[in-house]
Amino acid sequence: MRYERPQTIQDATALLAGAEAKSYVLAGGTDLLVRMQSDDFEADLIVDIKAIAGMDQITEVEDGFVIGAGVPCAALAENAALVAAWPGVVEAANLIGSTQIQGRCTVVGNLCNASPAADSVPALVASNARVRIAGPSGQREVDILDVPVSPGKTSLKKGEFIEAVVLPKGAAHLGDAYLRFIPRTEMDIAVVGVGVHLALDDAGAISSARVALGAVGPKVVLSQEAADTLVGTKLEDAALEALATACSDASNPIDDKRGTVAFRKQVAGVLARRAAQTAYTRAGGK
Amino acid sequence: MSSIAVSTTINDDDVEFLCQPDETLLDVLRNRLGLMGAKEGCGTGDCGACSAIVDGRVVCSCLVLGAEAQGRTIETIEGMANGSELHPLQRKFIEHAALQCGICTPGFLMAAKALLEVNPDPTETEIRFWLAGNLCRCTGYDKIVRAVQDAAAEMRGENA
Repeated sequence: MRYERPQTIQDATALLAGAEAKSYVLAGGTDLLVRMQSDDFEADLIVDIKAIAGMDQITEVEDGFVIGAGVPCAALAENAALVAAWPGVVEAANLIGSTQIQGRCTVVGNLCNASPAADSVPALVASNARVRIAGPSGQREVDILDVPVSPGKTSLKKGEFIEAVVLPKGAAHLGDAYLRFIPRTEMDIAVVGVGVHLALDDAGAISSARVALGAVGPKVVLSQEAADTLVGTKLEDAALEALATACSDASNPIDDKRGTVAFRKQVAGVLARRAAQTAYTRAGGK
Repeated sequence: MSSIAVSTTINDDDVEFLCQPDETLLDVLRNRLGLMGAKEGCGTGDCGACSAIVDGRVVCSCLVLGAEAQGRTIETIEGMANGSELHPLQRKFIEHAALQCGICTPGFLMAAKALLEVNPDPTETEIRFWLAGNLCRCTGYDKIVRAVQDAAAEMRGENA
């Protein structure tokens, strides 16, 4: 196995597109190094992308925030502008693991690990984030929803890696929130996670909504039906009830040791109501 | 596999070492540099016994490659005391009997040190959440939390 630390995106994609059969991108390493401990792990090449300029930066641009692939999740909470604009995304990213994990783990890694239970992913999908993908034939930008395919699998092609997540910046009256259920208070894997992003009009009515569900299917679910229950409302009880039902219906979870199908479907509805209420308050709704 | 030459800074000393590409920073510290303070509990980032501070952030050294240490600034438990003078956290851990077998202690101390650098006056809840990635199977955490609170107060210049 070789370890390489390229200085440029071009060098990184050339390495990843090269002859080696099995290559892995290393950013925070909190998933990769755990996998490396297992006996059946094989790799020919590890490409550490953190020496590439910009990978460790959060950049505020005119229409959004660019979060480099090497930025540890702890750094998101230290960026006041990002916390003000996307509190739900930051909360979700900060739920991953312990202080020690927070110092290394990245949102891009959370996405590319492609666990259905990844905490930051529903929040990022609700936020309408996009990702910048570097590859041998140049850069492309895609909807974050298109990256995960199934547990452990992404749509990235050979030679490609994600260099940044791009969060939009919108007008006034926006709010987001992420909630998850775990059986303890800290450091566990989501049994269900729900991200909600709302935009309000000047009268306080919801003008657009995005509702994303985690750990209730093989990949994150963006539910148009759930969003539709909210648009035009001021989050009255009937709207919350309809939202909960829509989220339960949109969930297609498995039974496992962390939760049953029935439990996960119900909790998806409960968390969606609560996340929507938080997002609504954050957007300035009353 | 060919060895990688790494130049880094550990506890204010310039250090150079050779390591294998798949070798963790924890293994480098313990097996190549003789810094045996960081312990391997789980090897998968769950227990915090291998905690070290890399560029100001506390991390599990078992989840860092040795090769990644190139050009970075690393602090380990061996650099915590100033010569024979213990760090206030070390002293308070002894005073409060915040350890029994001691395997988890270096990790707790490094994590607590990182906490007090960003938050000199943490609440009990903040201490407990910050240290949630450090597992102790002996003491039950209360003494550890009290030792951190007491050390924090002393470092703030209170109860001197």
